[in-house]
Amino acid sequence: MPFDIDYLALAPELVIVVTMLVVFALDLILTRPNKYWTATAAVAGTALAAVPLIFLAVDGEVRSMFDGSYVVDQFALVLKGLFIVSAYLVLLLSHQYIESERFYQGEYYFLILASVLGTLLMASSRDLIILFVGLELTTGPLFLLAGWRKGDLKSNEASLKFFIMGVLSTGILLWGMSMLYGLTGEVTFGGLSAATVGQEAEPAMILAVLFIILGFGFKIAAAPFHFWVPDTYEGAPTPVTAYLSVNSKAAGFVAMLLVMYLGLPELSEIWAPALWVIAALSMILGNLSALRQTNIVRLLAYSSIAQAGFMLVPFAAAAVAGSNLEQGFSATIIYLVIFSIMNLGAFAVVIAVGNKLGSGEINAWAGLGKIDARLGVLVAIFFFSLAGIPPLAGWFAKFEMFRSVIIAGGSATIILAVIAAINAVVAFYYYARVVKAVWLDDPAADRIPDEETESSGALRLALVITAGLTIAIGIYPSIATFVGEASRVLAAGG
Amino acid sequence: MEWFESWGLTLIVFVPVIGALLIGLVPKEREGVVKALGLGSAVVAFLLSIVMIGQFDFGGSSYNSYQFEVDKTWIGAINANYHLGIDGISLPLLVLSTFLMVLSVIYSWNHWDEPRNPKAFLMLMLLLATGMNGTFVALDLVLFFIFFEIVLLPMYFMIGVWGDRTLRKIPGFAREVETRLYASIKFFLFTLFGSAFMLLGFLALYFKSGEFGERTFDMVQLTELGGAGAFTGTFAFLVFGAMFLGFAVKVPMWPFHTWLPDAHTAAPTVGSVLLAAIMLKLGSYAFIRISLPILPEEARSWAPFIAILSVIGIIYGSLACLAQTDMKRLIAFSSVGHMGFVMLGISTLTEIGINASIIGMVAHGLITGLLFFVAGSIHHRYHTREMSRLGGNMKLMPIMGGILSFTAMASLGLPGLAGFWGEFMSLVGSYNPLAGLPLGLFRTAMVIGAIGTVLTAGYMLYMLQEVNLGDPSTEWEGHEFRDVDRFEMMAWVPIVILIVVIGIYPKIVFESTTDTVVSLVETVFGADITASLPGGG
Repeated sequence: MPFDIDYLALAPELVIVVTMLVVFALDLILTRPNKYWTATAAVAGTALAAVPLIFLAVDGEVRSMFDGSYVVDQFALVLKGLFIVSAYLVLLLSHQYIESERFYQGEYYFLILASVLGTLLMASSRDLIILFVGLELTTGPLFLLAGWRKGDLKSNEASLKFFIMGVLSTGILLWGMSMLYGLTGEVTFGGLSAATVGQEAEPAMILAVLFIILGFGFKIAAAPFHFWVPDTYEGAPTPVTAYLSVNSKAAGFVAMLLVMYLGLPELSEIWAPALWVIAALSMILGNLSALRQTNIVRLLAYSSIAQAGFMLVPFAAAAVAGSNLEQGFSATIIYLVIFSIMNLGAFAVVIAVGNKLGSGEINAWAGLGKIDARLGVLVAIFFFSLAGIPPLAGWFAKFEMFRSVIIAGGSATIILAVIAAINAVVAFYYYARVVKAVWLDDPAADRIPDEETESSGALRLALVITAGLTIAIGIYPSIATFVGEASRVLAAGG
Repeated sequence: MEWFESWGLTLIVFVPVIGALLIGLVPKEREGVVKALGLGSAVVAFLLSIVMIGQFDFGGSSYNSYQFEVDKTWIGAINANYHLGIDGISLPLLVLSTFLMVLSVIYSWNHWDEPRNPKAFLMLMLLLATGMNGTFVALDLVLFFIFFEIVLLPMYFMIGVWGDRTLRKIPGFAREVETRLYASIKFFLFTLFGSAFMLLGFLALYFKSGEFGERTFDMVQLTELGGAGAFTGTFAFLVFGAMFLGFAVKVPMWPFHTWLPDAHTAAPTVGSVLLAAIMLKLGSYAFIRISLPILPEEARSWAPFIAILSVIGIIYGSLACLAQTDMKRLIAFSSVGHMGFVMLGISTLTEIGINASIIGMVAHGLITGLLFFVAGSIHHRYHTREMSRLGGNMKLMPIMGGILSFTAMASLGLPGLAGFWGEFMSLVGSYNPLAGLPLGLFRTAMVIGAIGTVLTAGYMLYMLQEVNLGDPSTEWEGHEFRDVDRFEMMAWVPIVILIVVIGIYPKIVFESTTDTVVSLVETVFGADITASLPGGG
């Protein structure tokens, strides 16, 4: 069968591949003081990859390749947009950090871009094989990047833990997928969906679905598969942590939802209760553990576990109630997009404050508002947004979550909604603790101001973009709802 | 003035926040410009609301029909709209809000609590103004929710940064904590807890409205549906309960009131004033605007319960006041009692009761606002709020003492001053509640409420006696105390005048509210209005 390759549809991926090669080549040519050009090339290449997206979006045509295994539709475009924008932001965060500590620069950008390529592939994948390849391409480079601070034992630990857990989960995921293939003889989502009708009582099928959920649970860092998260997040270089908690988490989420929503909707009786439990556990365990954290990155690690729970709520609720999955799916995707923006902002501000105060301990942030009011305001914006306080973007994410749960109806979902409502209040407490340290506490008397590093222009740009979007979406959420609309395309076409 | 019809409310709501943004652009050192901008935007919002009174069609005001309406698509995907409008119930509260904001800025002019920073403080005040004005005019549940929540952020920072730094031992904490830190987070968590459930209630209404057409958050449409009996049974019961949690925490009703004494006592003077005078009204206003008309059946069945909680609040608040040694905390607890009268009025579901609650809200806003102003100024002079140390204030600062006496009299409900109408009429209302409500219970509530008014007189006089009368304590010998300064005068005299005017001629409030309230009670609860209101109407 001849493969017609639609080069425009693949253009974003191709641009990233070319950028990877350019970065690699530059790294060979450039002398040490000039290595920062690799960063510039990576940033420029990522920005360039967004250009074909715009053409494809304006064109609006659904482009399907390789027997429908690789599809570029509105939904894929929205996700690719998200992945590229957040990759761009992560690169802006990385630049100064990576340069200042004398890391290997060329390799860093090469690996990050490889991971980005994986996320882009994943967004278009409509069968298990491409999905798996995309997902592993996303995660693989991160095993290395987590250990990028080679001299630091914590970073070594981060890398090793992440690697062992990651490989284990990959194995389980693959096992589940192969069982699914063995039972149905299908790898495309469309085929799986047709072949699994009425199979929900088949024991092997139950096992396969549970294995798949377990595998994805590690990727999205949801409880009870979250034990690697805090140590890895804390030990990894902060920009890598940002990438882990946003891009890689989002990729895992999208992959899992695609499989469930497009591939296994007929088996929702198996996976819906499992997702319900994972959502509830993630919210509760994530929030309760976050309450006790003193390190800001660990706090964000646990908060991102809890947020994963919030994100799962709409989809799990819709599935448990047996109502229209479309609504829950789009609410989850909207949550994912808003979370990505504000969480990247939070990490950007963590790096900026790190430059300013040289510490990631929450206590050391005391009185930041008096030392640097602008940074203090940014901390308030991102952390209150994560807590879901209007008029910042986070409120709309939580609102959409509650809305879709209520629409789904049913008692199990109402219980989930109540758990989410209580957890939203608990979460507020620890986010507010950071703001409290920054604005309500007085600066330590023995602070030495000389240790400050000026934050780079790139970092400031990242802060401006994320803060701007956080406020804009909060005041006029219609900016974000098109994401939900785009995900409805799947229901129509898939 | 066509543009005013469609832009008036938007301007009143957003002029303050635009002022705040402009202040943000001015460097901190240029305090004069910062203050001028703050005062300017507060005054503009106030003047616009005065113009609105002039343009308001009092004759044509009736229930569920709004004036100065704006209705634009906001979040198309969920059918939430930018829908603002005003009627006879919200007009007095909106004007109260813009009015007190101007006075608060004037008072702040030379009264800054530590750590000063007028720029940040004014920005927060103006953001607060936008939230409060917006809540009173929002006609879409999502929009309402946003404004209802926006007020939390500035108030959190006001309490937390400028609040009381006294160390306190709080049960459950190993070490002593600064009052401001404890109070600010407690205030936020309580309100957030309530509003999370309130939001679930709103969403449930939205969901249910889908059975009768397109799903909607629009209060006007939901009111129509509610009036037609769309929301009934267990569903309505749960929704009312969820919204009740949100509103009752904000009011606050007993037993959700525990955040209030802490927050009010810890807040800086202007923060306490705005908190007591306007923010508490957001909750009781929401009962009248949302709970009653949209869920009339549930309002009937919850009314006795609300009445009981209100009466407990009245008695509990008054008794708690009698036990206070801190002047500001006493005033804070008095709010629990006064809001009890407001909620008792609402729970009667009669036009007298609801009118009482609205005039009660306005009066409480003015009177307690002024009390907090005076308490703040007294604290400013003596650096203590302990009443046992304050005595003899009348001899040291006669004008300040006089204003305090006047306000305390107004607060205890002296006939002829504004506080009288709210208390008196809500008791009259509960003598004769809406037909079908348990008469015995409401009459008992009336009697207990009447005892409450006596207790109110008791603690207010107790405060006056402790603070104003007697001889000054020897520790103040040799101190020069400056009596009321001109900024305080400028901020307080307008309130004093209004308290007298409303006291003598309550019709200026009823003129606005009565028609709307009567048509609300007639249409929603099918009551036959025969009784006439005191002061005409």
